[in-house]
Amino acid sequence: MGDVRSYEHDVLVIGAGGAGLRAAIEAAAHGAKVALICKSLLGKAHTVMAEGGAAAALGTVVDQDNWRVHFRDTMRGGKMHNNWRMAQIHAQEAPDRIRELEAWGALFDRTADGRINQRPFGGHTYQRLAHVGDRTGLEMIRVLQDKAVHAGVEVHMECTVIKVLVVDERAAGALGYFRETGRFALFRAGAVVLATGGIGKAWQVTSNSWEYTGDGHYLAYDAGAELIDMEFVQFHPTAMVWPPSVRGILVTEGVRGEGGVLRNSQGERFMFRYMPEMFKGDFAATEQEADAWVTGDRMKNRRPPELLTRDVVSKAIVKEIEDGRGTPHGGVFLDIASKRPADFIKQKLPSMYHQFKELADVDITKDPMEIGPTTHYVMGGVKVDAESQMSTVPGLFAAGEVAGGMHGANRLGGNSLSDLLVFGRRAGQHAAELAKRRGRPPASPRAAVDAAVQGALAPFERPTGENPFAVQAALQDVMQRKAGIVRDRSGLEQTLAELERLTERARHVGIAGSREYNPGWHTALDLRSLLAVSEMTARAALERTESRGAHTRGDHPDSDPKQERRQVVVRRDADRMTVRWEAQPELPADLAKLIKEGA
Amino acid sequence: MSEQRRLRIFRGTRSSGELKEYAVEAGEGMVVLDAVHKIQAEQAPDLAVRWNCKAGKCGSCSAEVNGRPKLMCMTRLSDYPVEQPITITPMKAFPLVRDLVTDVSWNYEVNKRIPGFRPRTPDAPDGTWRMFQYEVERPQEFRKCIECFLCQDVCHVLRTHGKHQEFIGPAFLVRAAAYETHPLDVAERRDFLKTEGGIALCNITKCCTEVCPESITITDNAIIPLKERVVDAHYDPLAALWRKLTGKSND
Ligand SMILES: Cc1cc2nc3c(=O)[nH]c(=O)nc-3n(C[C@H](O)[C@H](O)[C@H](O)COP(=O)(O)OP(=O)(O)OC[C@H]3O[C@@H](n4cnc5c(N)ncnc54)[C@H](O)[C@@H]3O)c2cc1C
Ligand code: SF4
Ligand code: SF4
Ligand code: FES
Repeated sequence: MGDVRSYEHDVLVIGAGGAGLRAAIEAAAHGAKVALICKSLLGKAHTVMAEGGAAAALGTVVDQDNWRVHFRDTMRGGKMHNNWRMAQIHAQEAPDRIRELEAWGALFDRTADGRINQRPFGGHTYQRLAHVGDRTGLEMIRVLQDKAVHAGVEVHMECTVIKVLVVDERAAGALGYFRETGRFALFRAGAVVLATGGIGKAWQVTSNSWEYTGDGHYLAYDAGAELIDMEFVQFHPTAMVWPPSVRGILVTEGVRGEGGVLRNSQGERFMFRYMPEMFKGDFAATEQEADAWVTGDRMKNRRPPELLTRDVVSKAIVKEIEDGRGTPHGGVFLDIASKRPADFIKQKLPSMYHQFKELADVDITKDPMEIGPTTHYVMGGVKVDAESQMSTVPGLFAAGEVAGGMHGANRLGGNSLSDLLVFGRRAGQHAAELAKRRGRPPASPRAAVDAAVQGALAPFERPTGENPFAVQAALQDVMQRKAGIVRDRSGLEQTLAELERLTERARHVGIAGSREYNPGWHTALDLRSLLAVSEMTARAALERTESRGAHTRGDHPDSDPKQERRQVVVRRDADRMTVRWEAQPELPADLAKLIKEGA
Repeated sequence: MSEQRRLRIFRGTRSSGELKEYAVEAGEGMVVLDAVHKIQAEQAPDLAVRWNCKAGKCGSCSAEVNGRPKLMCMTRLSDYPVEQPITITPMKAFPLVRDLVTDVSWNYEVNKRIPGFRPRTPDAPDGTWRMFQYEVERPQEFRKCIECFLCQDVCHVLRTHGKHQEFIGPAFLVRAAAYETHPLDVAERRDFLKTEGGIALCNITKCCTEVCPESITITDNAIIPLKERVVDAHYDPLAALWRKLTGKSND
């Protein structure tokens, strides 16, 4: 371990998005010595890209809103598959977490009486998203970033973790490498929090960046933890489709929240035709009613169907395109220009205006946007205890997108940013308490560290091996074609066979050049995580023989009530991936009643 | 619609380096970052470059395109004549790591030193505050900063004179302005701005404002008002006393 630098902390947080930062702040507030590691520079995590807002029943716009309504919306949006306790904690604690951000300096948009304003979003009964124009994530990450550095959290930027160390069946730290130098570092810690975000880079059309290779999912799996719900991957209905180089870049749901409508190539507002049984009666029946709601009369009129949950809208768009009513570039139209004045659009959606103008030569205050679905968010992830966020490996915690359960089969927009705050805080607190109880971390297992270092350096011994970017592209291609919005048995079986071939190819990738800031090498190492999360998704998707939320099986188009509260659990058994079914705890009677009868 | 484009990209380390020319097949709408990625995927897997969002939101992909500080993800190839190669070099105001990647850690150190946010006591018994949209709009302009550091790169105080020890640069004057104009903030930063911040070193050339991809009016809206405050604070002992006693600014 000669050139491996060693550090010791009470709590190690892997990932510096909203969840990791909030966890680090809380752990430090509990007196822990905290290290925070991230793959990119500080402040560049996915959280910075979040646009629309953070959902919390603050009741500043509609006083009838409260945690019960938010809980009910979340469960219904998740198609009743959520971990009910997480959904409850989230709905109850989100308002405090948002107010706390304000106390730390966040400047949300305001209501006329000077309180935090809230915008409507898909699946939320009332206006519920605290926001800052369409750059809510930027505001949130900046506030948390400044809070964390002023709280004395030690930050290691551009450091990628490749292994979580387990000693005596407990998490005891992690091994990573600094991207700048290619040198390795060992972080020993009493507790480890995974906050690494999602897996969207496994698909070709995605709103996610190079970081989203599912590292945390893989690290937990490798450490022996259980993962759940990996078949549930959210395809966001609205992303840019043209020009080709911007395909997949997100168009915030805020556009629809502010009155944008979806039309097919015949000019029809097609969403009226796609109302699911569960939500009939909650949404406007006519265009007139929907328009009246947009322009202000929200008590007498019901919401436009464009604000149905993302799974429903994505599937509707795919169907319109399939049936030949798509736009010239294979999308549908999203039009806000005909519904709102130019000044309003520029004030509420400045970065969307800028994005279309600069990248697509489209002025969204004059013309409709062409949009289509993109891979966006993974509901599945590390199985955690709802109260503490600890995984099935003692000492290993997970919070944010890498954790599973909270969002069930489909996440509501805005529920991620609040999830990061609520569960990041809980993970940080419990990790700090556990680390205190455990005392100093144990020595790390030398053999495991050496093996991981050697494995990581292996691609340099094959300077003429295959290009890792080519293997990554092949993986994205198969996931896009066979494990995308609509799956079926034969496609998923082909995916698994192809992933096996790709795993073999990944073993032979080679790297030329040095260890210093070498993206080819980084990509080669990320392949391991990408392959693992792709396999988890394909296996879990094959198991679930029904359609529910974001998981759509062409060969099993209906929901099966028997599978509603059961979940697929993935785990490592030696070198093999195993899957099993597990029943989730039943909802307590009062909450079940609340969902059935309304809040 | 696709055409051949030539890119000359700086390849090398702190000790040595050169511009290397690559040819790429460019499709419709492609931005400079796409072309760099295509070269990386197909011809030079070890080409070092930073990026995250590919939509001008994260401020990772800063570099100089034909000598101008730019976000590569928001710079279209079609903005440049096809006959000529496009030259891409790393930001000049920071030490090089490799290829297009520079060591920007100095910026993070600077940020840590700026006195953080401190709110006045809450306005309502439930511990919350009341602020109006017109009050938050001013700081919100500064809060748009994506920390791309392009303004730092172009500012001659840093770029040409290398006064990184004496001057925090336009990006962090913007940050300080965000705090100073925050309706709730009561922290004191004037001494910091004058001494460690080195605000007097800015001679209002406005180059920073010109390159800001977020169109923040850095000089007129952030720096000049800050300069005025600092001057007030340091030449008006009465005002300083007033602030000390009330914890409030006098404007
Ligand atoms: C374009 C876009 C818009 C969105 N808009 C909204 C919205 O309006 N509302 C909403 O609620 N949600 C939104 N989301 C979703 C939400 O932003 C994300 O789910 C959320 O930010 C994830 O936060 P996180 O803290 O879990 O992870 P992230 O913010 O993604 O952070 C992950 C961190 O982990 C680090 N990391 C990963 N792997 C490693 C490793 N191996 N070693 C070390 N570090 C590692 C990364 O460097 C990063 O710092 C949006 C997402 C996108 C992409
Ligand atoms: S205006 Fe001031 S901060 Fe901006 S570039 Fe000129 S000298 Fe630098
Ligand atoms: S002020 Fe503008 S140019 Fe400077 S770092 Fe911020 S966004 Fe970039
Ligand atoms: S990649 Fe985020 S600003 Fe360019």
